[in-house]
Order: sequence, then structure tokens, then C-alpha cells
Amino acid sequence: MRTPVSTFELIEPRSLPHALALMRDSQPIVPLAGCTDVYVALNAGTPPGTRYLNLLSLDALRGIARRDGVISIGALTTFSEISRSALLARHLPALVMAAREIGAVQIQNRATLGGNVANGSPAGDSLPVLAATDAVVVLRSAAGKRRVPFVAFYTGYRLTVMRPDELVVAVEVPPVDGRQWFRKVGTRAAQTISKVVIAAVRAPRPRIAFGSVAPTVVRARRTEEALASGGTIDDAVAALGAEIAPIDDMRSTAEYRLRVAGNLIRQFWTETA
Amino acid sequence: MLHGRTIRSTIPCGRIRSINLTSDPAGFTVVDYRSIPGRNVVALIADDQPCLAERVVRHYAEPILLLAHEDRERLITAEVDVQYEPSEPLLDPLRSPNVFKSIAIHKGDLEAGFARADEIVEGEYRVGHQEHVYIETNGVIAVPGDGAVTVYGSLQCPYYVQKALRVMLGLPAERVRVVQAETGGGFGGKEEYPSIVAAHACLLALKSQRPVKLIYDRAEDMVATTKRHPAIIRTRTGVTREGRLTAIDIDVLLDGGAYMTLSPVVLSRGVIHATGPYRCDNVRVNGRVVMTNTPPNGAFRGFGAPQTQFAAEVHMERIAERLGMDPVRLREMNALRAGDTTATGQVLGRDTSALAVLREAVARTDFKRRRREMRGTRRGLGLALFFHGAGFTGSGEVRLASKASLELTERGARILVASADMGQGSRTVHAQIVAETLGVPYEAVEVARVDTASVPDSGPTVASRTTMIVGGLLERCAAEMRRTLGRLTPREYLKRHGPIVITKQYEAPTTAVFDEDTYTGDAYGTYAWACDVAEVEYDPVTYEIRPVHITAVQEIGRALNPMLAAGQIEGGTAQGVGYALLEEVVMRDGHMANAQLTNYAAPTTMDTPRIDVVIQERPYRHGPFGAKGLGELPFDGVAPAIANAVRHLGFDVRALPLTPERIMNAPPVRKPK
Amino acid sequence: MRFRLNGKQVDVRAPAMKRLLDVLREDCGLTGTKEGCGEGECGACTVLLDGQAVNSCLVPFGQVRGRSVKTIEGLRGRHPLQDAFITEGGAQCGICTPGMIMAAAALPPNATLDQVRVGLAGNLCRCTGYMGIYRAVKKAQGSGLKAQARTRAKAGTNRTQKAAR
Repeated sequence: MRTPVSTFELIEPRSLPHALALMRDSQPIVPLAGCTDVYVALNAGTPPGTRYLNLLSLDALRGIARRDGVISIGALTTFSEISRSALLARHLPALVMAAREIGAVQIQNRATLGGNVANGSPAGDSLPVLAATDAVVVLRSAAGKRRVPFVAFYTGYRLTVMRPDELVVAVEVPPVDGRQWFRKVGTRAAQTISKVVIAAVRAPRPRIAFGSVAPTVVRARRTEEALASGGTIDDAVAALGAEIAPIDDMRSTAEYRLRVAGNLIRQFWTETA
Repeated sequence: MLHGRTIRSTIPCGRIRSINLTSDPAGFTVVDYRSIPGRNVVALIADDQPCLAERVVRHYAEPILLLAHEDRERLITAEVDVQYEPSEPLLDPLRSPNVFKSIAIHKGDLEAGFARADEIVEGEYRVGHQEHVYIETNGVIAVPGDGAVTVYGSLQCPYYVQKALRVMLGLPAERVRVVQAETGGGFGGKEEYPSIVAAHACLLALKSQRPVKLIYDRAEDMVATTKRHPAIIRTRTGVTREGRLTAIDIDVLLDGGAYMTLSPVVLSRGVIHATGPYRCDNVRVNGRVVMTNTPPNGAFRGFGAPQTQFAAEVHMERIAERLGMDPVRLREMNALRAGDTTATGQVLGRDTSALAVLREAVARTDFKRRRREMRGTRRGLGLALFFHGAGFTGSGEVRLASKASLELTERGARILVASADMGQGSRTVHAQIVAETLGVPYEAVEVARVDTASVPDSGPTVASRTTMIVGGLLERCAAEMRRTLGRLTPREYLKRHGPIVITKQYEAPTTAVFDEDTYTGDAYGTYAWACDVAEVEYDPVTYEIRPVHITAVQEIGRALNPMLAAGQIEGGTAQGVGYALLEEVVMRDGHMANAQLTNYAAPTTMDTPRIDVVIQERPYRHGPFGAKGLGELPFDGVAPAIANAVRHLGFDVRALPLTPERIMNAPPVRKPK
Repeated sequence: MRFRLNGKQVDVRAPAMKRLLDVLREDCGLTGTKEGCGEGECGACTVLLDGQAVNSCLVPFGQVRGRSVKTIEGLRGRHPLQDAFITEGGAQCGICTPGMIMAAAALPPNATLDQVRVGLAGNLCRCTGYMGIYRAVKKAQGSGLKAQARTRAKAGTNRTQKAAR
């Protein structure tokens, strides 16, 4: 542990409005929930702040529900809860698949969907699912609520449209027609950070999203278009090459990511035919 | 108690211009090289490594300054400004002019051997660093006394630490006490490195006159401590059309890192095992280990043999491919047999089991039929035949002259040895040996804490020597104690004759002395033999190789405790799976860029295949109850077995690890002419 | 701050952002829980928080207020898993063992080998190659762990187990 935490504050809000008031009036303050990202940063000696807001007691941010076909998942929903949800297994199986591949049990029991979204790592395993299913991020601040389409949520590497006073309170997923598909490729078979991760929906207008191949999670619009317009799978893979920008890093190479992303498109297309 | 912290270089090579503690110094104990009372060296082989850098640094993360403070948070936030004059680091071992050690083995007439060959097969093989990933990081507590010091630590070799401390502190042995704490894994990573941790903690403790706890966190442990040596091995082999090896010419280059540490001995074991377990009359092995500006490499399970046997076994597979020959048949034809000589001219005894383990592994896995059936599928099957010499190389054991003692107790006996149990179960096995020999129940044998103040120097806990060599000494102690007791029970004896302690010292079992100038003779007392068969599955979408099943057939003389023996084989095999497929130290500008367990991928449950262990026993005359060394053997053959299964799939990869990125770009295995 | 520790109500004063791991080891004197990496990769610090396996290096102490923490010390006496880890070679150096056993304690009863592998994928062991651990878990599950797990699930303290049924 390379961060001196004994003087850090962990502030307990009494309610969601109280939390939102603190977010407005008491900056800088870092919201935290499952802590699986924050404590990795603290361990490395790179604290994101000295004052933290504990969201865990905010029951308003919990629960998975379906209303008018839209599935709403509270920001505090853990990946274990997602894995066990019969509702999600029926309507959003790709998210369940993603949840089961995040870290391992200990992480899944703590890490939250809201945290994965707000943290905004391009390797966040749930994010391609939300991108491919046209999810909406529900943000709250003391000033009110707004809904941001997931595909417009990220503006750059770990950058979002969120204002400092806003919290992610839920993610809403509209009805998904078509077969959902997900695959994560990591450096090992479990407890791994993805090198390439894909979520896709097979429908007349297919929807495809990738993680770990660009500064943010990306929707592969041109690839989708190639497939929707009846192009060959080779056309689609060629289109993909033009719209993702993988890099070399300590986990893999740009070349590998590009080729595997193309292979995954082919596998998705074959397996959902 | 104070907490200690090590300030390390942030460049791979250069001169230190200035060092300044920029935080408020109140309450800090600060130590640099000038506080060293004895010699500023980590005493090992060459004494070339300073305990704390003086004017130059030769690798990233080299220790420069030590701090201690009562408040851990004050300590971790203390800022030290070190100014350098950087110089160009030497990072490529192929271009290093600085050779720590060269070794040459010559046998027969190489040119004549090549002249008799129908085919000459050449190849270059490369392996990278490997990190130990003991789950407990390095750490010690140093307690100062009146002109003395006591160290408690996670370590394998208490007497190595004691020696290093004596030299560095300028104290006599009786004023330096080293106690092994329960040790959470070692694998060689706590062979020589704890001497440095202990030295640093002692300097802080002596200066502050307070106990000091110095525990590395994972990132520090990964960037600073030793790794398995990377190697580049070039092999040229002459072979007849029928498959007989006529000449083997091997060049071994090890990257030693910035200081010598144990590199000459690693090289020695590497070159001796470089031919693999094969007979050949004409052999040349040239080995050298060179300096680079990277953190020093050191001991790791297998100690040079995994690197060279990876090359040897992939090369054998390539010879079989070239000849269009069954790889099993090629190995059968050339496997060492009793009466054959190794590369150093050692005549092998009746406990030579290369053929036996090969045949068992092939039969058990239905190797030939299943290989045929897998052709054209996504499954591959490969094997590796390998061996491992137990105990110190050459005359090492004679020079060590280890001692073990046995003290009579009311109930039975107390074992006094310096062997560190770090999970391998040495305490259990030693107690079994004594109980059996002395004729008392297992429960009647105690094992004394490993403490240099009370146990003799039985040598380091390394080199697969703890059962075979130290256990052998204990067997002799117990046999003599039994004779001494006669018909008396321990209690009766103590009452009539008073306490006894029996001490035995190592004696060379053979007369064929190893000649270190010519590298000829008996390199080891004996060898353990093994054959691994690996089944893998290939994913054409991701280029991943998934290990499905490994069958490990290992001849270890005698399994004194079959459960613990199987545990060594399973664990060594799993580490080998990591070495083969996953574990890659990403070096950037001389430092480990992926120094986190997140980014350095050691195998999880999901990455580790089913491992079936088959133990064969062909007793070694001089081992306790026939036991040979076992600890390292299981590691040696896993990577080549997996690499050969990958060759069976059609990918010609000659470097480790076999990452998907490498498989993706691998050329196809060429079909035989 | 009050919470339940190994079945007993305790009141511990420690900074809210201090890692649960450090509070257990330093403030509660329970050193059975180990640190292997400090970033949730190795699982050596696994404890049960309200019956669920978590990495205590990633839990701020402030978040355990009013909740229930169980550590290796809380298994008490001869738990079938502890016995089985000894007799089946499930432990070698022992540093991963407390976390491994806590993760194993959270497995569903009668877990298949696949479930065991998935359930223990967050616990690195560098000594055993996991084979001895699988043998130990299987043996423990066959010898009374089942009965214990049933009781726990019935009491509603272990959400993982309930849901896995």
C-alpha cells in the first residue's frame, strides 16, 4: 500500500439527495462503491483524491427491474448479482456472460456496473455490451436527472461527459431483438484484463462493439453497416480495420488486437447465423 | 519497531550526482553506503554487487539509500531526490563484452561426428525472464543486540544470509543470527536475494538501534528481485539417416543482468544438461553468461536446465521432423542408458531411466495413436524427455561439506538442520527418514527451528538436495544413534548416559571426481528422469493455446512421501505451464514494465490443465532409502512438451512463452523432405 | 466502529479508508489473512463479507460497519476444509491457504470440478498446481461441508450459495 490513507475521509451520505448535495457542494470528492478500481490506485500510490463518498448504503441505486421492456440496472448492482439475475439471463445474456468474466468471484462480489461505467477503462468488460445494446446511462445531480446514450458517454481515454457533481445512478437497456454474443480475450483464462473484448447483437441491423482496441469502448458502425447492407464478411472485417485503433502495450500488440478483432467478427457471424 | 524502505535507482545505468531527502527528516533513520561497517558487497561468488550503490548504478531498481521510520505512512511518503548522470545502458546480451563466466564441455571429436552425419539440423531457441511469484514477497525483521544482530526472514538459505551479513557488517558468525520464518514460497527466489533484504534491514536496525521490518510490496519485489535467466541457445546437430546422433554442438548464452549473483553456477547446470538425456560421442557445449544493465538474474527452480533442455527437446523434435521420423523412436534410439556416458563423460549407473519413463509416458497416453488421430484437428500432442542432476554440481557438495545433527530426546530425536521448509515438505520427509531409521514413531521426531544459533550448516535449501543430500546425512545420524542406543529406549539412554548429539558431514559417494577445468567427470551423484506428455488445444480465432492435460512420468529413486512428491510434480508442472504459455516479463529500457500480478500472468486454476502424475522408482544407492532429488525436475520438461504439442499443430515456434501473439506469426512446421 | 467479526460483535477504532486487510492484521491481531499483491489479483487476503468472498485488500474499513466479516480464524477448530487441505496436499507453503480456504468455503455445496475451478480462479497458488486443492475441496465437500453449507444457506447468510442452487 503506497498511499497514506489514515487521514483520508470516507463520507457517509444519509440519502441519495444528501450524496448529490455533497457532490455539488463538497468537491473535490471521489465517489466509491465496490472499490476494486480505487484501491488498486491507492495501492500503487496514485490516489484519485483524499475525500471519498461511500455510495454503498444508497439503496436507491440498487436493483434490476424491467419496465415497458426497458431493463434498468442500478449502478450499485454487482457483477455477481448480474450473473445470478434470471431477468438478465433472459433479456440481456451478453451482460451476464461479461459479468462472469470480470476478475474472479472476489471481484464480481464487489465490483459494480456503475463503477465499471464511471471508471471508463477502455478494457471494461461490461462496456461493449452496453455499447452494442444501445444502453442509456442515467446520471443524477442535485440539479436533476439526465439520460445519456452510452455510445455518447465517453469522449476520450477515461473521459466522460459527466460533470463533477454527477453520479451514475443506473443503466437502462432498451429491448434487444436478435441474438446476443460476447467474447473476452485476455492474457489468461481468468482474472485477466482483456486484450480484445466484443459484444454483438445479430439482427437485420447487427450491432457490434469492441473494448481494448481504442481509447474508449467503440461501436463498429461501418462494420455493422457492411453487414447490414449485405456485404461479405471480408468487407465487414476490412471496414473494422478502418474504425478501430488498437495499440501495442505490455499486454499485447496492435497487430494481434486487429487480427483477433476481425476473427471475432467472423466467429460472431458464423455462430449466430 | 521501525518500518524500512529502500530507495532505488530509476535509471538502468549511470553515475549518482546527488542524493537528498527532501522531506522533513524528523524521526527518520537514513542509511547510505557510508554507514556500512564492513565491506560494501553482497558476498556470494564474485563480491561484485554493492549492498548499496556508491557512485554508479548498474541497473534499474538498484538500492541506493535506506530509510526507516516508526510511522509507515511518513515512510512511504518520504521523498528522496536522486540526481544522475545517465549513461547508455547495455541491454542486449548478444552485444555484451562483459562475460561473467564461460564454460566449455568437449567430448569426442566434433568434426568427425559431423562428418559421419547424413543430416545437420540447426536452430536457435530463445527464452525470456521468468518471475517466481512466490505468493509471499521478500521480507525480514532485523533486531539489533549488543554488538550483534538477529534476522528473522522469509528465506531459503540461512547460512548464505549469515555469510553475507558477516562480510557486510564485519561481525563474527556468533554475532549474526539468522532465523528462518515460515516462508511463503521460494522456488529459488529466496536463495540469494534475502541476503540483500537482510543486509538492508540490519543496517537500519544497527543505526537506529531499533528492530526494523523491511517487507517488499509486490511491485517492488517484481521490479527489484532476481528472475530466471533469459537465454539464447544455438544448436547444431549431426544425425544419421536412421536417427543416430553423431555430433552435438551447442552455444548457450545467458543474460546475467547487472551483477554476477549465482550466474556461473546456473550456467554450469545449464551446459551440463544442454544435450538433453541423449547419448552422443561427440559433443561441444560452449556457454557464457554475460552482464547487461538489467536487474540481476538468479536462482529459479531448474537453475539453467529448463532453458537448455527446452532448446534440446524442441531441437530433437525438429530432427524427427527433418528425418520424417517418429519422434518417440528418435528419442528411444538415442536415450541415455545405464553404462552410457553423459557430455561430461559421467558413466551412468543402473538407475538410469530415460527409456523407462519415455515408454511409460507413451503407453499411458496412447501417444502414437492419439497423435495420428489428432492430425488435422485443433488438438496437439507433444512430449519431452528430460533429466535433472540432484545436489550441487561437480565438486560443489564436497566443498559445501554440509552437516546435519540429530539430538536424542526423551521421546525420540530432534533434527537439527538448516534446511528451510517453504512448502516442499522437507520437515515431514526428514522426520520420516529419522523415524524409520531410528525405529521410533514419526510423532517422536521433532524438527528444530532453522536458526543459525542452534542448527549446523547443512547447506542451502536448493538444487534438489534437501531430501537426497541432507536427508542422507540424517539417515546416517539416525543409524548411528540407533547403534548407540542399542536396546535402550531414548528415555533410558538419556537417564543412564546423558544427552547425545550426533553430527554427520557430507562425504563424496563416488571416486570419479569432477574436474572443473576440463568439465569432465561425475557432474552429479545421480540424475532423476522424466517424460512429460502435453495435450493442447488451439483456438484459431484467438491463436490461444489451451493446455488440456499433462501426463508427468517421473523417476525419482524413491518417493519417501508419495503425496508430497506428487505435490512437487504437480506444482513444478504448473509453473512450467506458466513458463510455456503465459509468463512474460516485459522489459522496457531495462526495467520490468508489467510488475503487477495483473499484468504478469501466472496461471490461475483456469489456466492449469489436469496433471496426471506417474512416479517411477529406481533407487539411488547413496540416497536415503534410495531417494533422488525431485524439486526441480518437474519444471524442466513442461515447456518443451507443450512447444512440441504446438509443433504437432503445425506451428514452428522456438521461443517462450508461446503467447497467442507468437503463434499468430509463427511459420508452419516444414514437412519432411 | 462496530461490526461482526468471526461471529462476535466487535468495536474497532481505525481509519475508515484503511484496508480491511490491515485492520484485521494490525488492529484485530488476526494475521491469518495474508497480503500477496494488494490489488485483488492473488486472493491471499480473501475473507467472507456477509458470507461472500471478497479481497480484503480492496475493502475500506468504513464499508464493513454493521456487517459481518469472517476470516480463517473464524472457521474454528478442525473445519473439514482445513483437515482436507492437510491430508490431500492442498497446502504447501501455506501463504495462499487461508484465502484459498475462505474462497472454498463460499463454494456451492457439491460443487463440480468446473465450479471449483471457477470459484477458486481468484486465488493464485504457486506451489501445488491446484491439483491437491481440488482433491481437498472434493474430500471436504464429501465429509460434512455439505451439511454446514446447507445450514448456512438456510440461515440466509450466504447469498452466493443460495443463488447457485
